[in-house]
Amino acid sequence: MLETLLPILIFAALALAVLGAVRRIRLWRQGRPARVAILGGLAAMPRRYLIDLHHVVARDKVMSNTHVATAGGFVSAAALMILVHGLGFDTPLLGGLLLAASTVMFAGSLFVARRRLDPPARLSRGPWMRLPKSLLAFSLGVFLITLPTIGVLPPGFSQGAGHWLLALVLAALVTWGLGEMFFGMTWGGPMKHAFAGALHLAFHRRPERFSSKNGHAGRSTGLKALNLENPEAPLGVETPVDFTWNQRLGFDACVQCGRCEAVCPAFAAGQPLNPKKLIQDMVIGMVGGSDAAYAGSPYPGKPLGEHHGDPQGPIVARQGKALVDAETLWSCTTCRACVEECPMMIEHVDAIVDMRRFLTLEHGNTPNKGAEVLDNLIATDNPGGFDPGSRLHWAADLDLPLMSDVKQVDVLLWLGDGAFDMRNQRTLRALVKVLRAAGVDFAVLGNEERDSGDVARRLGDEATFQSLARRNIATLSQYRFLRIVTCDPHSFHVLGNEYGELGGNYTVSHHSTYIAELHDAGRLAFAPWKGGKVTYHDPCYLGRYNGEYEAPRNVLKALGIDVAEMGRSGFRSRCCGGGGGAPITDIPGKQRIPDMRMNDVRETGAELVAVGCPQCTAMLEGVVDTPAEVRDIAELVADALVLESDSGRSKHRNQPAFEEVT
Amino acid sequence: MQPDSRPFEVAVLVSVGRHPLTGRARRADHDARGLELALGLGRHLDRLQVRAVHAGRHDSGNDTALRGYLGMGLAELTLVEQPDGADVIPALATVLTRSPPQLVVTGSRAECGEGSGLVPYALAERLGWPLVNGVVEVESIDNGVATLLQALPRGQRRRLAVRLPAILSVDGAAPAARQSAFGPAQRGELAPLQEAGVIDEAFAEWTFSPARRRPKRLKIIKATSARERFKAAAAKAEGGGGQVLSNVTSEQGAEAVYKLLEEEGVLR
Repeated sequence: MLETLLPILIFAALALAVLGAVRRIRLWRQGRPARVAILGGLAAMPRRYLIDLHHVVARDKVMSNTHVATAGGFVSAAALMILVHGLGFDTPLLGGLLLAASTVMFAGSLFVARRRLDPPARLSRGPWMRLPKSLLAFSLGVFLITLPTIGVLPPGFSQGAGHWLLALVLAALVTWGLGEMFFGMTWGGPMKHAFAGALHLAFHRRPERFSSKNGHAGRSTGLKALNLENPEAPLGVETPVDFTWNQRLGFDACVQCGRCEAVCPAFAAGQPLNPKKLIQDMVIGMVGGSDAAYAGSPYPGKPLGEHHGDPQGPIVARQGKALVDAETLWSCTTCRACVEECPMMIEHVDAIVDMRRFLTLEHGNTPNKGAEVLDNLIATDNPGGFDPGSRLHWAADLDLPLMSDVKQVDVLLWLGDGAFDMRNQRTLRALVKVLRAAGVDFAVLGNEERDSGDVARRLGDEATFQSLARRNIATLSQYRFLRIVTCDPHSFHVLGNEYGELGGNYTVSHHSTYIAELHDAGRLAFAPWKGGKVTYHDPCYLGRYNGEYEAPRNVLKALGIDVAEMGRSGFRSRCCGGGGGAPITDIPGKQRIPDMRMNDVRETGAELVAVGCPQCTAMLEGVVDTPAEVRDIAELVADALVLESDSGRSKHRNQPAFEEVT
Repeated sequence: MQPDSRPFEVAVLVSVGRHPLTGRARRADHDARGLELALGLGRHLDRLQVRAVHAGRHDSGNDTALRGYLGMGLAELTLVEQPDGADVIPALATVLTRSPPQLVVTGSRAECGEGSGLVPYALAERLGWPLVNGVVEVESIDNGVATLLQALPRGQRRRLAVRLPAILSVDGAAPAARQSAFGPAQRGELAPLQEAGVIDEAFAEWTFSPARRRPKRLKIIKATSARERFKAAAAKAEGGGGQVLSNVTSEQGAEAVYKLLEEEGVLR
């Protein structure tokens, strides 16, 4: 009986899976068009899966091995099952392989089941609790029905009254397994992640993030420039269908593992954001419905079941509730911790900024100080509303060379808006001192410089970003320089990765990178470190956004500092809370993100935390009862400089560079 | 009584502002607050029609500034086209008489140009309508009478009832204007309206210079304790030094004013 039933079951499940796949693909394609290399993407998919995705999954060894066993076992078992039981190639060799594959899958499924015994809070429950049972059912069922093919049969299997009963049980097991694994894959069960995830890897919106055969992963922004010339062109994302089709595909790839939730600083601070829930809300939006069935942690302070979405309806309501509340979107610090952790390579941050764009450009509803900051950027080219003519006041005594005078220079020092901030002015003065000590040929734009547009863009004001960017690019095009050096990772990221789309291509270095190079070239000499324990805080826009983890550590090492790393450092660094305009929109939570970060510092016992970003400095220095001093790398370097003139006579430590500032 | 079928019409007069630091054209702060006040009337009225009116020229220099008003949620802005150097009062009066709104809202003073703050007064005189300045809130509109809150110094408020049609002017005490959104600003239309310009002859002879901050009389506080300093800071302005003249001839009045100006060092 099974011999006739199995092919029917298998091909029925396959047919339903194909039907579901077509429906799901058509659902994704309701989104906006996106230019994607279809064939190239499909060709690159195996590499992206086996290397890039596995690299992320392998951060959790047990889970990684579990997944290799379960998924590898399933893929081979499924393929062999179609051959053996569907098409009838029941040779002992294939049968044996199928038995082995289903055994491996069964073993993996046991580990999946074990994790589900007492799942951590970040994991979603609901249908996901059913998955290990389905996996066990599939692997066990396939194993048992395959036993006859290699002639291993329990005695009396095909005779007697037990035969029909056993066959029925086996058929039920296989049907359950096939239902979850084939049918559920394209009709919205937990296995959907395999189908959508594979295609998402192929048609990813930011393919340059994947490693290539000849080196590192490319650095890029996920924010695509909006067409502002055409008044008909949409400004950001209003409804679920306003996302591009491959973004929608990406949302569907989510496995609800909650790794994003575990690292999200806003979620930890009790602000109403949970990246996992946000992606699930986007999935709900694609088909319409309420979030009542969502089985994971909600947005802090927002009960489930109150929000409803509609494929063509607004995601954020002007008044009242829709799919997502605006404050959820404004809680994000754009730190990309979620993106870095996501094993499915989902781009949460870009989706959030896309939705923010609509809120700012169409609703005119940037919360709290947002409107004021944007107005300042429009009127004065800096977020603080300072007189643009006072950008160089901090350097009145430094006699900085101006690009407008020298025209051509090795290094263009980009000051950033920290030039208006008294704290960051100390960093800038230190940096100038370092550059002079190394004899670098540098100049500044001075009053010709404008805000890079980082804050405007993250607040969703693409118009102001493009206006600032185009004017900056026009200014930069008048001068010749080999590279731009800046102590602001936000400017670094925007100048280096976001101006390209608007026609500005530059070599940009963070000051830590440049100082490391100068030191390697023997142009800087440091006195040995005499201070206490030091830790280093990785800025998001330097680390996760641009992959620069080493240079700052190398500089600290050159200073003779042995960095006491925080529990969350490097690519797992916790945000200071200052990115993405979060201090401007200031969505209330239960605690402050910088306080949490300073607690990380406290745990290392460090007396000083080295930073490399004006935002981080401001946020971390704003923590009261702080356990550690906050110093920029440039300041530490300037303090330790041994100038050539006095290096021959005495090796005493130099006076602090910022001594003259009162 | 207003028949219910007719929408309540408000005209908001808007000008091209100037940022105090950079001098860039922008939506004028007070005018934007006026528009905010008008748009907020939707709370009291079922059918509200807000019309923004600008008298002047439209060029690339002030396009963003005018669109800044559209970005607050207007579909169009009436542009009463006037040549440079024209006195806009006659044109505005003509436009407002041709299709009279129930309420006209203006800012208290332009941010550039003449900036005399006289537009609402001149219009009120021409139209023969009552004028209330420093309005911060329209509390209700019933049977052609609006109940208003007017700002007085030191945060004081005065409730006034005014018969419509009327002109209201707002200043910095009124609630801040909403954010101007780029999308509606770009899509909104500037609807031109040709109107004969009356050239202001006197205006042509003026020389313009950047405004300076008004000098402020130094307040010397001789307090020695925090409590005294606080009292001095919070104290009401005391009169006392003045002199009330009533039933005097114009010569006597002028003489008193002249004497005061000499005492204060304004005239030497």
